[in-house]
Amino acid sequence: MKQIAIGILGAATLGLMASAASAGTLDTVKAKGFIQCGVSTGLAGFSAPDDKGDWQGIDADFCRAVAAAVFGDGTKVKFTPLSAKERFTALQSGEIDILSRNTTWTINRDTALGLNFVGVTYYDGQGFMINAKKLPGVNSALQLSGAAVCVQSGTTTELNLADYFKANKMEYNPVVFEKLEEVNAAYDAGRCDVYTTDQSGLYGIRLTLGSPADHVVLPEIISKEPLGPAVRQGDDQWYHIVKWTYFALLQAEELGITKANVDEMKNSASPEIKRVLGQEADTKIGTDLGVSNDWVVNIVKATGNYGEMFERNVGSGSPLKIARGINALWTKGGLQYAPPIR
Amino acid sequence: MASQEVLREEPSRGSFINDPKVRGIFFQAVVVVVLVAGVWWIAHNVIANLTRLHIASGFGFLKGRAGFDISESAIAYSSDSTYGRAILVGFLNTVIVAIVGIITATIIGFIVGIGRLSQNWLIRKICTVYVEVFRNIPPLLVIFFWYSGVLAVLPAPRDSINLPFGSFLNQRGFYFPRAVWGDGSWLIFVALLVGIAMAWFVARKARQRQMATGQQFPVLWTALALIVGLPLLAYALSGFPLTFDYPKQSTFNLTGGFQVRPEFLSLYLALSCYTAAFIAEIVRAGIRGVSKGQTEAAGALGLRPGSILRLVVVPQAMRIVIPPLTSQYLNLTKNSSLAIAIGYPDLTATAGTVLNQTGQAVEGVVIMMVIYLAISLLTSLVMNWFNAKMALVER
Amino acid sequence: MQEHDMSWVRTEMALAQPAPAGVTGFSAWVRKNLIASAGDTILTIAGIALVALILPQIINWAFINAVWTGPDRTVCATVAQGGVQPDGWTGACWAFVNAKFGQFMLGRYPIEERWRPILVAILFVALLVPMLIPKVPRKGLNAILLFFVLPIVAFILLVGGMFGLPHVETSLWGGLLVTLSLSFVGIAVSLPLGIVLALGRRSRMPIIKTLCVVFIETVRGIPLITVLFFASVMLPLFLPEGVSFDKFLRALIGVSLFSAAYMAEVVRGGLQAIPKGQYEGADSLGLGYWQKMYFIVMPQALKLVIPGIVNTFIGMFKDTSLVIIISMFDLLGIVKQNFSDPNWATAQTARSGLIFAAFVFWLFCFGMSRYSMFTERRLDTGHKR
Repeated sequence: MKQIAIGILGAATLGLMASAASAGTLDTVKAKGFIQCGVSTGLAGFSAPDDKGDWQGIDADFCRAVAAAVFGDGTKVKFTPLSAKERFTALQSGEIDILSRNTTWTINRDTALGLNFVGVTYYDGQGFMINAKKLPGVNSALQLSGAAVCVQSGTTTELNLADYFKANKMEYNPVVFEKLEEVNAAYDAGRCDVYTTDQSGLYGIRLTLGSPADHVVLPEIISKEPLGPAVRQGDDQWYHIVKWTYFALLQAEELGITKANVDEMKNSASPEIKRVLGQEADTKIGTDLGVSNDWVVNIVKATGNYGEMFERNVGSGSPLKIARGINALWTKGGLQYAPPIR
Repeated sequence: MASQEVLREEPSRGSFINDPKVRGIFFQAVVVVVLVAGVWWIAHNVIANLTRLHIASGFGFLKGRAGFDISESAIAYSSDSTYGRAILVGFLNTVIVAIVGIITATIIGFIVGIGRLSQNWLIRKICTVYVEVFRNIPPLLVIFFWYSGVLAVLPAPRDSINLPFGSFLNQRGFYFPRAVWGDGSWLIFVALLVGIAMAWFVARKARQRQMATGQQFPVLWTALALIVGLPLLAYALSGFPLTFDYPKQSTFNLTGGFQVRPEFLSLYLALSCYTAAFIAEIVRAGIRGVSKGQTEAAGALGLRPGSILRLVVVPQAMRIVIPPLTSQYLNLTKNSSLAIAIGYPDLTATAGTVLNQTGQAVEGVVIMMVIYLAISLLTSLVMNWFNAKMALVER
Repeated sequence: MQEHDMSWVRTEMALAQPAPAGVTGFSAWVRKNLIASAGDTILTIAGIALVALILPQIINWAFINAVWTGPDRTVCATVAQGGVQPDGWTGACWAFVNAKFGQFMLGRYPIEERWRPILVAILFVALLVPMLIPKVPRKGLNAILLFFVLPIVAFILLVGGMFGLPHVETSLWGGLLVTLSLSFVGIAVSLPLGIVLALGRRSRMPIIKTLCVVFIETVRGIPLITVLFFASVMLPLFLPEGVSFDKFLRALIGVSLFSAAYMAEVVRGGLQAIPKGQYEGADSLGLGYWQKMYFIVMPQALKLVIPGIVNTFIGMFKDTSLVIIISMFDLLGIVKQNFSDPNWATAQTARSGLIFAAFVFWLFCFGMSRYSMFTERRLDTGHKR
């Protein structure tokens, strides 16, 4: 009996050893042939399925960019819609390879949750939206004392909301839901007076309401919400690939490389453009990162540069019509800044 | 005798492998080993995953500042309270909706269950339709129906429906005046307690007298007079200290008064309606389980139909009814976790938020499971005790 | 003597008399069933008032005022809400259900692949119906096809990725497809598992018994939502790095384990009702444990608890709606998700969609319970104890 027991334990241990010595994310991703990308359950402009079920939005496109860098093909992505509650476990457990789901970068999430944020793909701030038709005369968040506020549970939004009303000595009635659609429905039905979430989200949500024109977003921004993709801790190579994909998107915009002109740009006289696009002789930038040398070409071909991504999904080319603002490049007075690719 | 001894000493005929005892031990040992290996493997994985990803673990987070607000709380709670207190608030909300729901479901269930056995054809059919409709649709759907289908289409606070006694109904819930207890109102509570104690005492005495002499005493009316009359007297004596805070219109909502939120209301109505259908079936089975001879014998003794039901049928039916009733009460309590779908802050919802804010999934789910298990075990214990008390005492 | 013998025996039957006018016919029925006493009459009047109050409203809303077809929300909204209906109109918006019917049934399953779930549904009905009708022969073959061949065929057809069928991810499944596949697999898994657990609970081996008791009581003590949470946020951490389960599979495991615990208690009830003599008789024939259970005990025990088993099935069928909590979209989930479609946002949308979902659930559950009553009567061999 004892021998059997030892045998079984031994077998279990062997199984463990085998799994503990598993490969890095890059190898796993290459082996399965696609990137599993965690997105939201539907937030217009960031990640939402269109009529055909294809995921659209800046978060979804970011995953396509990473896929383009790794495989040279932006379509090799599978999307997993996640609720706010599921998102971290899904990344921690390896169910997804990238969490690109309008998630705020905080120190707690970097340290206690075992994530690594790669950068800020969208600088956002929390705002308030009200129905101006039902509440004429309200034009500041400081007039909201006593209001019923709709908010999604388990988000930084929920915490900022509590802090803001406390700091300004105002009362409020939280109306809390698990899913974004539920919050939308409750706000649209008039269950609450105020909707609070990231301002970009408010613009997106306003489009889906019964009569968008009735609703206004109040000017106050009560928090910093740097939204960005995150990966698991403990895999530096994968972290670098995702991080530099983001920087490459910025760099391409800075250098004026677009989806349309990327092939011409390969023959550009500028040494910097040639270097970024991997056209320099004996370049090792791509291979050192663990991808092919023409990785930036692939990225731009798949999704365009950061500016194109922005305009297409949330900017002037989208129904959201959000201005670049602080999301403009540093050269144009914004905060988006990429370290040099050299 | 001798031959038996011989038989007993003979070794078992089959081989060692066929001995059921040996096989039993072997089989169990294998199960234990597999189980231990499995648990060890899982524990190892969890620890490995947590350390690899630098995820915090342990229950220390319960002492941290919660930072989020909860819409409904039976105890003092603000965003400065701890995560532990947030979970406690959720637990109390679960208990509140479960208790109120159980009481209502039992009342509706008994009425419908007895209605299904009524002599009256129409009443019988109405009750049957009720039971067959609610038994065959998911409770979650009933909750959504109340929430999105009924309460959400009520008018906005501005155009609230006025109800009697200064109450209002709108899509933000049901508002009614809140009692404000002034100075000296403690007298009323004391009077209430005294009234209940006296009523209980009268009931005891009356029973003893009936046992001894057969004379009856109008216990119900006396008790009612004591329980209602004494507090009223105290109210008058202490100078009418009770005032009401009426809900009033303000910029956003009605303020003042007492607000029953639509989340609570729809959860409560849905759980009551749904569980009542099951309780009705249990009650019906219980009453039909009492043999007809009992009713007829009671009738032959000259008892009136009401007394037959109260003194003969119901006490016997209760014995059949209580065990399944217990499991329905437990089901209702467990179904209250569906609150999460409409945002009522019950245990599942608050523990879920805490889980999400701290990122400690394992601890969060364990807390949820332990509390629900404790509620279940406690309810079972209480109902078993009640059941033992109601069980047939044979002489 | 002759004078005293007054006895007279009638030799032919008296002709049957019609019943007195007061105890037959419509008026007697009314007297007996509706106005037997003063209290009864009051109840009847109250009942009629209730029906008269509710029924016309329901009929008006669901049929007379209802909108059956239409391209978007305007057909279901009043003029004030930006639609075409006169102000003050209320009626069911079946047009919404009509427009979204495909989604309600199959979720976001790709349109060009929809023939696959439809084919599975046809096969399922073709195998299920003869299974349910007692007179159709070859039950054994039918059962093998239904419970062993069909799941494999259905798996290949639905998931795809082989025989030239494109792969369809389970995250695209939805609607009734999810509800039915979760319930079918749940039923197929929970019954055998429940039987094993029930046998384990009655086993003489202390460790096995304890394990089964602990499992059954724990699962029965917690809500399904907690089990699903467990499956969606905790299970992934239990597995080694890089190993992950499909979300659909996780929900499937959660629902199956959950109903297996309830099933075990139902089966245990049946086992307890079998008299000891049956076990001893089987032992005396020299049957082994599994033979005894298979040939003697289980057929009797299961027959006794058919209503309980079907009730558990119905419970599970209804419980599949909870997968909405872990962001999967069963019938109820997809109906609810479509409420937020701005093209169909009207005051009537939620109500109509929910009533449609309720009707579908009701149809299945009511059907199951009626069939179980039928089976119960058919198998009743008069050995009721």
